[in-house]
Amino acid sequence: MQTLESILAGHPFFNGLEPQYLQLITGCASNTRFGVGDFMFREGEDASQFYLIREGKVALEIFAAQYGPITIETIEAGEVLGWSWIFPPYRWHFSGHVMEPTRAIALDGTCLRSKGEADHNLGYELMKRVAQIMMERLQATRIRLLDIYSDHPGGRL
Amino acid sequence: MTATLPDPMVPRPYRVQHVRRETADTFTLELVPEGGSDIPPFATGQFNMLYVFGTGEIPISISGDPAKRRPLVHTTRAVGTVSRAMRELKPDDVIGVRGPFGSHWPIEQAEGKDVVIAAGGIGLAPLRSVMYHLISQREKYGKAVLLYGARTPTNILYRRELEHWRANFDLEVYVTVDNATGSWRGSVGVVSQLIPRAPFDPKNTIAMICGPEIMMRFTAAEFEKRGVAIENIYISMERNMKCAIGLCGHCQYVPHFVCKDGPVFQYSQIQGLLTKWEA
Repeated sequence: MQTLESILAGHPFFNGLEPQYLQLITGCASNTRFGVGDFMFREGEDASQFYLIREGKVALEIFAAQYGPITIETIEAGEVLGWSWIFPPYRWHFSGHVMEPTRAIALDGTCLRSKGEADHNLGYELMKRVAQIMMERLQATRIRLLDIYSDHPGGRL
Repeated sequence: MTATLPDPMVPRPYRVQHVRRETADTFTLELVPEGGSDIPPFATGQFNMLYVFGTGEIPISISGDPAKRRPLVHTTRAVGTVSRAMRELKPDDVIGVRGPFGSHWPIEQAEGKDVVIAAGGIGLAPLRSVMYHLISQREKYGKAVLLYGARTPTNILYRRELEHWRANFDLEVYVTVDNATGSWRGSVGVVSQLIPRAPFDPKNTIAMICGPEIMMRFTAAEFEKRGVAIENIYISMERNMKCAIGLCGHCQYVPHFVCKDGPVFQYSQIQGLLTKWEA
């Protein structure tokens, strides 16, 4: 049977993290499951956790009056959901709406922040990994802003 | 007696057999040569020059199955004067065809390896012939993965074929859209974000990319990040092709003629050029 520590070690987010840090982080982790249609969190709620998705698909949504929910992007297996736990005021900016049955590891943000404060090497490791994801999502967002598939001159075809 | 090669600058008349609307602005033409003559063999990724008489001539990739040459199949998007006129063609109308021209996708080199196709928008059309080839010669390849990105769900090209391929246990098909609309339940994000999700061995993979140039640059970078060697990444370029045989220079891309040396290039050949600003 897989332990939480081995699951964390196998997730791309923690790839290559030193074992003593994995052990520390495991203390902040728990297994979770969500069904289709569940909300893992809702916009405006306290962001006390973030999730390593092991299986399934979650839509990051925002609600717009007269339009209803709009999907910003989908987060899938091997990916990380949420960074609002790092920065005050620790509130979700979007909602996490489950599109396919989802298994995830939930990590307690308060617990991780306190461990990162106590050991800045761990804090720096966590920050680098979160920053990497933020950079990748920012790049993807920039490409989408270019609207490259439209027929304006920025589009190729 | 010596056989005379056809003059590559002279269009041959082809009759429109069928015009199929794919999306709001894309369509597929099925063409057969006038007089029942043969359709020249073509390789995956090559293009023809299609001539709407009285309007003009444009390059369009062949999107049919190289093993089933009849009819000749082209999918394109109505964006300019010629392609808009082409969209209005009806069965039995006649257009001119020159070709096929250019380099092809490295399907021989990919044998024994995983093949990952990454297409964006209408960029799926020049890669559909690769899909047909992979399906018909499935035993020669490792994993066959198609990653496709479209602007919105209504812009998804070859939707029925994608569904058919996705149902095939021997193919991995991932589709994403930049903007979700309606009842879309699939992935939302750019096509390069599908690369970390896809199952393939980066050390033994040939990647083929076609789409807007910016999409190709970011997608190639993501393949490299995943561990695919740069020399195993191929892209299909588009420039202002006119003569299609490397004489006129309209499609010159620094040392390359896209019509003759391309449209399919090894990414390592042109990576440094893609970020150069053109005058």
